[in-house]
Amino acid sequence: MGPARDSFLFEIVFCHLSKDPSCDSVRFINLSFIPVELNWLSFSLTAFFWIFAFINAALISVLMLIWGERRLIGKFQARLGPNRWGPLGLFTPIADAIKVMFKEDVEPTLSDKLIYVLAPILMVVPVFMIFPVIPYGAKSFLTNISVGVVFVLAITSINSLSVLMAGWASGNRFAIIGGIRAVAMLLSYEIPMGISAAGVVIIAGSLSLSEVVESQIIPNVIFQPLGFIVFLVASTAELNRSPFDITEAESELVAGYMTDYSSMKFGLFYLGEFMATIASSAVIVTFYLSGWRGPSFLPIPGEFWFFAKWIGVIAIFIWFRATFPRLRIDQIMSLAWKGLFELSLINILVIALTMAIWPDPTSNQLIIMTGINWVVFLGSIYIFGKILSPNLTGNKIDKRNVVYGLD
Amino acid sequence: MSTELVTMNIGPIHPSTHGVFRMRVTFDGETIIDAEPIIGYLHRGSEKLAEERTYTQIVTLTDRMDYTASMTNNQAYILSVEKLAGIKPAERGVWLRMIAAELQRIAAHSVAIGFLINDLGAWHTPLLYLLREREKILELFEMMCGARITNSYLRPGGVFMDAPEEFWPSLNRFLDEMPERLNDIENLLTDNEIIVSRTQNVAVLDKEDAINASITGPMLRASGVDWDLRHRNPYDFYDKVSFRRPLGTVGDNNDRYLVRLHEIRESLKIIEQCLDLIEPGPIKPDEVPFLVRPDEGDSYVPIEAPKGELGFYLVSDGGISPFRCHVRAPSLMNLTLLRDMVIGYKIADLFVTFGSVDVNMGEVDR
Repeated sequence: MGPARDSFLFEIVFCHLSKDPSCDSVRFINLSFIPVELNWLSFSLTAFFWIFAFINAALISVLMLIWGERRLIGKFQARLGPNRWGPLGLFTPIADAIKVMFKEDVEPTLSDKLIYVLAPILMVVPVFMIFPVIPYGAKSFLTNISVGVVFVLAITSINSLSVLMAGWASGNRFAIIGGIRAVAMLLSYEIPMGISAAGVVIIAGSLSLSEVVESQIIPNVIFQPLGFIVFLVASTAELNRSPFDITEAESELVAGYMTDYSSMKFGLFYLGEFMATIASSAVIVTFYLSGWRGPSFLPIPGEFWFFAKWIGVIAIFIWFRATFPRLRIDQIMSLAWKGLFELSLINILVIALTMAIWPDPTSNQLIIMTGINWVVFLGSIYIFGKILSPNLTGNKIDKRNVVYGLD
Repeated sequence: MSTELVTMNIGPIHPSTHGVFRMRVTFDGETIIDAEPIIGYLHRGSEKLAEERTYTQIVTLTDRMDYTASMTNNQAYILSVEKLAGIKPAERGVWLRMIAAELQRIAAHSVAIGFLINDLGAWHTPLLYLLREREKILELFEMMCGARITNSYLRPGGVFMDAPEEFWPSLNRFLDEMPERLNDIENLLTDNEIIVSRTQNVAVLDKEDAINASITGPMLRASGVDWDLRHRNPYDFYDKVSFRRPLGTVGDNNDRYLVRLHEIRESLKIIEQCLDLIEPGPIKPDEVPFLVRPDEGDSYVPIEAPKGELGFYLVSDGGISPFRCHVRAPSLMNLTLLRDMVIGYKIADLFVTFGSVDVNMGEVDR
């Protein structure tokens, strides 16, 4: 019970249930009725309360994201987006959800029944596990596990298994191609993602997400831009979002691995995907955008900054989707192995070297380190993007124009 | 490593088959080994139906062949009828149908580019930008003849009604705005790293193959052959306007995109010249009867439709309806080389190539 009670969110509910004398100072009103001997009961009730709250918050945020994404993409595409049902069309995703639930649940004859049913569950459940470890404010986290970074990276990679299971179990050739593409891509992008996260860990000197946030005197997006870019691109790939949406690839594979799913099984995939976007954005905010830290001279709680940055990162993902066409599978693989992998290695090398020179940097030294990182960032992006990329991808690109027929 | 080949039926119901096209494709992993196009899912027997209708009624059938380019279908058919019946069209009618045809070309190329980019995986953004421009053209058509898609605007001898007063300022506004919109589209797409690396040097079609397969239209010009019927064999008043023919240099998907984009600019120039040259007058000669009854004989007048050479071969036995009507559909001819173009490329390239050929299943199956 000890570590859980570090959390302010946990403590405040726990103390309103339990008569534990240690939390007299936390209570707003003295309504506690469970005696100290039954602390295990208060503990369990608190845990159930927060599980309930977090799952529902995640589900509602998915509905909000579906609405927000459709509205925002509407704006990008010079049209209105959903605006009929409810104020500003806010109830549209609810109508969508009801529609999905009432659809006929088709199970293909050729499917492998058990795996077919398990796959959508495996897509959704792990994502719920990311939300409790994210520090939303200085004390607003549910649990602060000491290996937060590793935990987050491990949990986010489970969905590649789910995608493969769905693709395999459907017994559909579009699905299996989507599933195999997913495994190739997701595994490749895990590596640059993990290595660039190591740069964050070196700076923080800890795997705990709270300490990662507290260590960011200069936000990591400014301190190590190379790591941020690699992490952002790799998370876009992990989320199967455009331009890396080859696993679904509407114009090629119909719906990829979820071609044969219908009704709420499809709904779960949809849910899992949007929830993964939200969770990944929260991870990016924590790792690179200094989480709940904001300008300290403003009397605004950290939670506000966290949510503002969170919405900003989600908007960037939506912007990607509205802008980019899809990459081809071989281009995606060479981007991972011949581009991002090396860039993330360069990033971790520079961070490690500068940290070796100044193990306990003062603010002046931090500024010098930032400068070094920016030089490396711009230099390596230029070298990889302009000089090496034609040789690496084997894609010769020339500036093309039309000629005109002679009279 | 030993691999197993996978054969898949792609279509007829599929998001990017532009209708009801079907391909039986064999893959080795991601690489295409074989692709067999199967057509006929949208066959409506238009050619047979034409034998049972009068010459004026057939105009409505032509609308429904290539439904993204109804005006040019009308034009090809009407030119054939005029040649068959020996009708001399009224001048203003000809100018009006040239304006309509060029507007239609812009609309059809917008659709082609938009859906090509969609096949590349863009989330509808460039498509919707282009459809917004097409919408303005459809509104112009609505002013001209009351219909947006299935226009049936042309008649033997000219057009069935003059464009109203409010049409001309609207057309001028469209001509003023369109070049800027095209610049926006070009800034967004032409140098886009992803689009360029996805389309360059993919599905290269060289000159000889293209000519041997009787491929026409932007696809042939993208392979570098300077063949445009508006220039080579001018019909209507195309000999009185000047325009350039954009040609590709390599013949890949990127060139096919570029050629279409630049043809839109040339079409805008043609419309501007038409506006200078058009004069008041009758839109249709009074002596053309409602029931055209040509003498025995046959006629074929090919025109440059947005997708390539389109022509109606009409045989008359002296009756009020043609004895035989055959359509030389550019979409069908352009589709014949699809198999040779995509073999050896990746799954994703198949759909991009199919999009860059720009076929319309309504025209392929008729």
